[in-house]
Amino acid sequence: MTSKTLTRADLAEAVVERIGLPRNESQELVELVLKEISSTLAEGEAVKLSSFGSFGIREKRERIGRNPKTGEEVPITPRKVLVFRPSNIMKNRVNNGNIRRRSAI
Amino acid sequence: MIKSELIQKIAVANPHLYHRDVEHIVNIIFDEIIEALARGDRVELRGFGAFTVKRRAPRLGRNPRTGATVSVSEKHVPFFKTGKELRDRLNNGNHHDISH
Repeated sequence: MTSKTLTRADLAEAVVERIGLPRNESQELVELVLKEISSTLAEGEAVKLSSFGSFGIREKRERIGRNPKTGEEVPITPRKVLVFRPSNIMKNRVNNGNIRRRSAI
Repeated sequence: MIKSELIQKIAVANPHLYHRDVEHIVNIIFDEIIEALARGDRVELRGFGAFTVKRRAPRLGRNPRTGATVSVSEKHVPFFKTGKELRDRLNNGNHHDISH
């Protein structure tokens, strides 16, 4: 079984199918949801979506890295990274779905 | 920000939609992502990030308290990789005012 890649268009299509909203409006809503989440995170605020998961920001300190090609030591500047923690609901649905799928083969 | 606040923001921007419809729409979007991953598919949202499933092989674990060996079965866990644009925004966001 080959795995597919879904995009914004597929998420919008789900809204069209399940609510009957026009396609262009559904696309705008998907975009707006992603935009609101991104802007909130860009301001340094975490986003917690119950039954889905939470996006948090972790501050990384400066550390010494190495150019794997030349072996040269280079400092890696302090930075912020985004971490996603799936909810237990999401973890269970994803795990159960894939276990079932694999055992069906 | 929590989900109800996100829904509120979307509702304010779309005054022609009922609040409960906006709530429904937001839930459909997140539900669709979970459903895709449960099927073994991935969800790629350019600029935002990609949700994928990672397989964890079965392994022998230990009960840290008793030291007893326990077998841990195969697992499939959701994984999110931040998109380039969002990653850049997290780090340049502070300098945004300076660059203009």
